[in-house]
Amino acid sequence: MDFSLLREMAAGNAWWSIWPELGLGCLALLLLVLETVLPAAAHRRIPAVSILGQLALLVAVLLTFDCSAAHETFNGLIGLSPTGEFFRVYFLLSSLLVSILARVNLARQAVPRTEFHHVTLVVSAAAMLLVQSRNFVMLFVALETMTIGLYILVSYYRANPRTLEAGLKYLIMGALSSALLLFGIVLLYGAAGNPALSGHTAQAMQFAGLYGFLADNPRNFAAAAGIVLVLSGLAFKIGGFPFQIWIPDVYEGAPTPVTALLAVTSKAAGFVVLIALVKVFAPYAWLVESVLTLMAAATVLFGNLAALKQHNVKRLIGLSGVSHAGFLLLGVASLGAVPAAEGAVYFYLFAYLIASFAVFGVMTALGGPDDTRQELGDYSGLARESPFLGGVLACGLGSLAGIPPLAGFLGKLFIFVAAFRAGHYGLLLVAIIGVVISIYYYFGWIRMAYFSDEVAAAPGSATRAAASAGLTLKVALALLAAASIVIGFYPGPLGQLVSGL
Amino acid sequence: MSSPSFDPLLLAIATPLGLAALIALGLPKRWVTKLAYLGFGVPALVALWAWWSFGAAPKEAHGYAFLSRYSTGLDGFGIGLKLGLNGIALPLFVLAGVVGLAAGLYALQSNAERMKSYLLLLLVMQAGLMGTFASVDVFFFYFFHELALIPTFIMVGIWGGRDRTYAAMMMTIYLTVGAMLSLLGLIAIYVQSGAPSFDLLALRDTLAAQPLRVMAQHHIFGLLLFGFGVLVSLWPLHSWAPLGYGAAPSSAAMLHAGVLKKFGLYGLVQIALPLLPLGALHWDHRLALLAGAGNILVIGLVTMAQRDLKQMVGYSSVMHMGYAFLGIAAGSVLGVGGVVMLMVAHGLSVALLFLLSTSVYHRTHTFDMEQMGGLAPSAPALAGLFLAATFASIGLPGFATFWGEVPIFVALWQFSHVFTAVAVSGTIISAIYGLRAVARVFFGPRSEAFERVAAAHPPADLAWGEKLPALLLVAVLLFIGLWPRSLSTGIDAALAASPAPLAAGR
Repeated sequence: MDFSLLREMAAGNAWWSIWPELGLGCLALLLLVLETVLPAAAHRRIPAVSILGQLALLVAVLLTFDCSAAHETFNGLIGLSPTGEFFRVYFLLSSLLVSILARVNLARQAVPRTEFHHVTLVVSAAAMLLVQSRNFVMLFVALETMTIGLYILVSYYRANPRTLEAGLKYLIMGALSSALLLFGIVLLYGAAGNPALSGHTAQAMQFAGLYGFLADNPRNFAAAAGIVLVLSGLAFKIGGFPFQIWIPDVYEGAPTPVTALLAVTSKAAGFVVLIALVKVFAPYAWLVESVLTLMAAATVLFGNLAALKQHNVKRLIGLSGVSHAGFLLLGVASLGAVPAAEGAVYFYLFAYLIASFAVFGVMTALGGPDDTRQELGDYSGLARESPFLGGVLACGLGSLAGIPPLAGFLGKLFIFVAAFRAGHYGLLLVAIIGVVISIYYYFGWIRMAYFSDEVAAAPGSATRAAASAGLTLKVALALLAAASIVIGFYPGPLGQLVSGL
Repeated sequence: MSSPSFDPLLLAIATPLGLAALIALGLPKRWVTKLAYLGFGVPALVALWAWWSFGAAPKEAHGYAFLSRYSTGLDGFGIGLKLGLNGIALPLFVLAGVVGLAAGLYALQSNAERMKSYLLLLLVMQAGLMGTFASVDVFFFYFFHELALIPTFIMVGIWGGRDRTYAAMMMTIYLTVGAMLSLLGLIAIYVQSGAPSFDLLALRDTLAAQPLRVMAQHHIFGLLLFGFGVLVSLWPLHSWAPLGYGAAPSSAAMLHAGVLKKFGLYGLVQIALPLLPLGALHWDHRLALLAGAGNILVIGLVTMAQRDLKQMVGYSSVMHMGYAFLGIAAGSVLGVGGVVMLMVAHGLSVALLFLLSTSVYHRTHTFDMEQMGGLAPSAPALAGLFLAATFASIGLPGFATFWGEVPIFVALWQFSHVFTAVAVSGTIISAIYGLRAVARVFFGPRSEAFERVAAAHPPADLAWGEKLPALLLVAVLLFIGLWPRSLSTGIDAALAASPAPLAAGR
């Protein structure tokens, strides 16, 4: 065997450049080791190890945050960038919060704990690698690692038939989307390798190489088909119309922490990859932009209209997540004319993370023994019974709805300004309609929690009186609500994301 | 434009906001009720201080005084918290301070359920109101408005009266539409002008050097007109207003109808007219038609038909917005100056009417005017104040409203004789319903229904807790009515500094 490649990387300290991902992987392995070596009585400490480990990693990543990182490593498979650094923080934060939710949520089920945390960590590490990949092979491997982890997590409560149904649906849809993506990649690779065309290259798996080919052949049919297929594959991940169809069922059936992981990590990773690829596909802006524009309009409208009549809050949050994907697509569609729109999308994603986890946290705290049955009616009288959870819910939903002074408003504002600069007036009109519709269902939820005097007697409410949240979750929720408000008033360093807009 | 170490305008925003944060963090109730006086008192004092010292204060660009700027991390995007007052912002800042204090005092003496949350929301609203009118940055102008708007929905939904959930929902959706349209308009101005920031002064300078194209001005002014129009209840987009005010708890109705609703008019006067003069010329006749025929005549007649006292006050406030829109349509310095005066005067008088209506309700246990009558002998102070509020609302000389309406009528005469006639006939309509309401509620024999209520709960006159905020509002109404120059000098100076088409009349 020839270890020269590995030796070369070791000499160039290449491994060191992905230490957060390696750290997460080691932490994941450590959890499994701990389960074997520790006595059964100590197993309940394992989630705490996971949470503390992630917290330590998060602090380390923040301390070493490198705003000027810009080089490729692993022979061009991975590119380090400030964006990558930002999303390392993002995915760590997300998986940390998922672990906190899972600690409460898994306690209500008779399922093994350690594996759940293990897989969550692996998924997050894969997401980090995914957003830093600069090569289609790397991209596909990271994406599949993430997706396979999610297959397991979605059907984790395997005694619940709805969860199994969700798992199956996600598996089939995920496989389909991977197939589309792979087919698109193959078409692009094949087209770029055609020696009859100018600028043909053997390096078409590399983003930079593919860009060179596309710039030389801006009207190649096979490449155009490949681009559309790649975009379709990604649209599955982000929940863009018409590939959003799996979302309500899967979100409803999946365990609540996994729903959060799907809604935040998976979606954000999809968007970062989408933005990276839209830049690669820039010579085909005529195609990409029209696809994205149509998709954005349809996604905003579909997500909001479908969410209007939902009673199950997990379906509701799923469909509202679709509409958020639509708003984000608005930013991505503006990318060609306004490069700074990228920062607006990232800011929106960050505000979305904070707001979503505030809502998912409240959902977890209120959840009953059947995790899939969380109805709007369960929230009746929440604010009277628990002002704290009511307040957090209001902050989260308000931020999702984009109401000032919460962070979500700034996110929407930046996206709208970017879209306006790019001249997407029609899309803006659709987006405004979407916002108004969304106010209706978010408001309906808040109304249930605040304006109703009857305290719900639904299954969830039995545990609710005991405020089963636990201290860690409560602290996390308080911090999330505070972050929504503070970032809305004072974005501080996050403001640099949009400084070019 | 360095940031002074002590900034009263920031203090007026931060005090109520900080107090609200403390309450949210769990301040004990006995502290809350004491500190709340501070939360409402400090903004009012700052407002009075600003009023007092504005004339002598050194003016910077565009007649702004007390300018200061704070970074919130969005400088690269062109957003910064910039505070300051000019002659147009000052009257509204004063209005916000005074009505806020009155609403706060009235809330403190009421025995609202969950008093802590109620005060928390009112304080947030107060902070938002002070911030709205003190902001020079267009982003924060919008931001603070929304900050004040959200508590309104919640207060209507929780502490509201009849149909509160429906009313809250309807207000939320209508006002969100309005806010989103106006936000789009503001973004459009910012992007199209190419100004370096959302700072209103920078926008003015940029647009004075390089005005927008005519069609762009038409479109953007249309967006702002209808966006702000929904917020100010421009006919036929008004239907949220009477319903919402009918359901809103009194302090929320006072702050919303009295102050927050003026946001839209203020936006039109301070932002849309000077920045988009050609857009204003394009829309003036359509606006006048909607406001004149719709707000004044149609809603005026609808108001006359109301039996419910609070609904009547709600409709009358929609109707009075018609005058303000007509003044904006007239567009001259006189007309727009009248609008600013009217905003202040109407804010004070409608807040007073909402306050007194609730006090009436506490004595009659109904808002239905058919079931009232003869309240004056047992509550003479209430009757006297209500009569004064009605006179103020009709626009009798001596009250501030007079100085709002007369300049508008005069300016309208140059704009269109027909609309002058409409506006003047509106005064007659408002005299009819106002005085008839006074007669029905306070004079004549007691109705059977009221006899029964009075036998069970003998009506008493106003307590000091109710009287104090009412007297405060009446005093300011009379002060401005008797000495209008205290505000009009600043308004004149600010409007005269506006770009040519507005200043020159037409």
